[in-house]
Amino acid sequence: MNNTDIVRQSLKKRYLKEQIFKFMGMFSIATAILFLLILLVDITTKAMPAFSQTKIALPINLDAEKLGLDANSSTESMMNADFRLVIRAALLEQFPEVTKRKAKRELYSLTSMGAEFQLRDMVIEDPSLIGQTKTIEFMADDDVDAVIKGSIDRTLPESDRRVKDQKLSWIESLEKSGQISTGFNWNFFSNGDSREPEMAGIKGAVLGSLFTLLVTLALSFPVAVAAAIYLEEFAPKNRFIDFIEININNLAAVPSIVFGLLGLAVFINFFSMPRSAPLVGGIVLSLMTLPTIIIASRSAIKAVPPSLREAALGLGASKMQSVFHHVLPAALPGILTGTIIGMAQALGETAPLLMIGMVAFIVDIPQSAVDPSTVLPIQVYLWADSPERGFLAKTSAAILVLLFFLVAMNAIAIYLRKKFEKKW
Amino acid sequence: MKKLKNITLFAGLVAASQIQAADRDYISVVGSSTVYPFSTVVAERFGKSTSFKTPKIESTGTGGGMKLFCKGNGIDSPDITNASRKIKDSELKMCHENGVDGVVEVLIGFDGIVLANEIKSHDFKLTTQDIFKALAKEVPTEKEGELIANPYTMWNEINAELPAIKIEVLGPPPTSGTRDAFVELAMEGGCKKYPWIKATKKSDKSRYKSICHSIREDGAYVEAGENDNLIIQKLQKNPDALGIFGYSFLDQNADLVKGSLINGAEPEFESIASGEYPVSRPLYFYVKKAHVSEIPGMKEFLAEFTSIKAMGEEGYLTDKGLIPLGEEKYMKVKTDVQEMNSLEL
Repeated sequence: MNNTDIVRQSLKKRYLKEQIFKFMGMFSIATAILFLLILLVDITTKAMPAFSQTKIALPINLDAEKLGLDANSSTESMMNADFRLVIRAALLEQFPEVTKRKAKRELYSLTSMGAEFQLRDMVIEDPSLIGQTKTIEFMADDDVDAVIKGSIDRTLPESDRRVKDQKLSWIESLEKSGQISTGFNWNFFSNGDSREPEMAGIKGAVLGSLFTLLVTLALSFPVAVAAAIYLEEFAPKNRFIDFIEININNLAAVPSIVFGLLGLAVFINFFSMPRSAPLVGGIVLSLMTLPTIIIASRSAIKAVPPSLREAALGLGASKMQSVFHHVLPAALPGILTGTIIGMAQALGETAPLLMIGMVAFIVDIPQSAVDPSTVLPIQVYLWADSPERGFLAKTSAAILVLLFFLVAMNAIAIYLRKKFEKKW
Repeated sequence: MKKLKNITLFAGLVAASQIQAADRDYISVVGSSTVYPFSTVVAERFGKSTSFKTPKIESTGTGGGMKLFCKGNGIDSPDITNASRKIKDSELKMCHENGVDGVVEVLIGFDGIVLANEIKSHDFKLTTQDIFKALAKEVPTEKEGELIANPYTMWNEINAELPAIKIEVLGPPPTSGTRDAFVELAMEGGCKKYPWIKATKKSDKSRYKSICHSIREDGAYVEAGENDNLIIQKLQKNPDALGIFGYSFLDQNADLVKGSLINGAEPEFESIASGEYPVSRPLYFYVKKAHVSEIPGMKEFLAEFTSIKAMGEEGYLTDKGLIPLGEEKYMKVKTDVQEMNSLEL
């Protein structure tokens, strides 16, 4: 038997092996895509109810006497006026048969707890409304919202239903008269956190995440790039530098909660920085992302062909000039990709922030990096833990916003890489 | 290059802005995750209806909150800490040692802990003794002073009236305050029905505790995490299991799960308030007296929290599942807050 025969005989087997390997590869990718799809579809379907909001239109008589206000009242007295009175009067007018105290309480809970504040803000903006009768759309309570969206089944027997027959009859009569409508839930994007599902919004957490990431970026990017350049281009080869290199690699593997403990001990207890502030969160997260960026930047700098440096040096550039004029721009795509991956990691991180008090209920939207705030993944956690059923949808919606952020950041990374990329 | 310089400059600016953070104009609250849902409701209303900033409320757990609260009397320490139990003597001592002199205690109401299962599943009528037998690591035998590893696997082995299904209880892990309260009230409640165990309480307190407070680890009790919503979802999928969680979750999910009777009392608003339902605990918050005059809005926030509108029998906190105080207790709390009567060691 000559060699050709041997090869020919084994050929079939080798082709088969290749086929099997290809198939396994495709199967793995298909499985990964399937799981991703299941996850996305599940989250999206659960999140859908959070993006619409049920509203109840009520003819409100802004009776000047009842409110104790007139068109010239000061903002302060308007703040203190009880706008619940006029909303309750409107509801009672609609359902005059309700007289018992307990039933009245039920009736008043048709509109959101935020309705009075919504009305108050409208009146403060336009005091001429006082004394007029106007039909105003109020946010419905989360129970009403759940009935309209079908997440509370109307056909269940009364004892098993959260919304009782009496309340259901009111909702149905409002539905019949066309006073109930659903619209896009803008509040979700313009409000801070709230304990009422219908009023809770993501804006506070989005801004908190944004401030935190800005601080992280501002601190970790310059430091990490400078460290990478020094270690790669200028550092002498000795034991001390080796030791530092090993430690940077080790640091990248340290569990993130450790950085939280460090942040608590050093920044809050020692430097007495404010608790729950994005500033401290950003500093802690930048400690966490530093090694990631350093490692990515170093390999990007290492990948720049030596001919580039040598040509620069050969033409009389100083070492510094060769690095900053030639090596750094060539390594920039790699550095930026590494930075954004580090940032994306920081965006999804919660463990270190637990320690520095960012797991908090914060209604006011943060205005700067020192205002107390929370971040997106923590908002997801807080909502997932709330007893009200309406928060189930909010939780999924917050996850979607977080995913959107991540996708956007990765898109920027790809764009920057494409833009600065050079072919040798 | 220019970009890099700008970024560095920005970092400097951010660091500089930190200096002005010393003055705090919002109330800072820490503490129990059980009180958190009530505290946040008051805070939100307070923020919306007054011109003060909305208080910041952190959920750190009762013990963690006490530590932060008692660390110092300075303005950078929290003003209020929530607690799902009374402050311990050791904690009050720590407070005093660190210069926190005036600590005002405010009892806000009660919280019930329920054992619930899927709504169409079996009805459970339990006694605290049944609960102890079902969940204890070791149970006493007929012979006095003898303990054996928990042999029960089915509910009807414990009590012939209970359904013939496997014992499977989903509950919180040991880090949770709900678990502490459940162990103390339900388990210990059943445990001390054995006279000889009750007697050990006096002779050997640590043995008594280890008998009454140890939960079995052979799989019948499943640690299902601190998230009560998750427990409710798991009960949907497993109609034979019971779950342990706070009353407010039962109240909100009354169409999905039903509470078991304990010692003949249904886990209902009225029975918890009257104390007939045995597994309920008091909820508190503690205020730093020195901060009342320093932080804007403190006085108004306390007034809002202790108003009839919030804490009263038909207040908005009861809508969130808080069991209100009786008239007498409420009046005492109200005067304590108005006069700022602080705790004595």
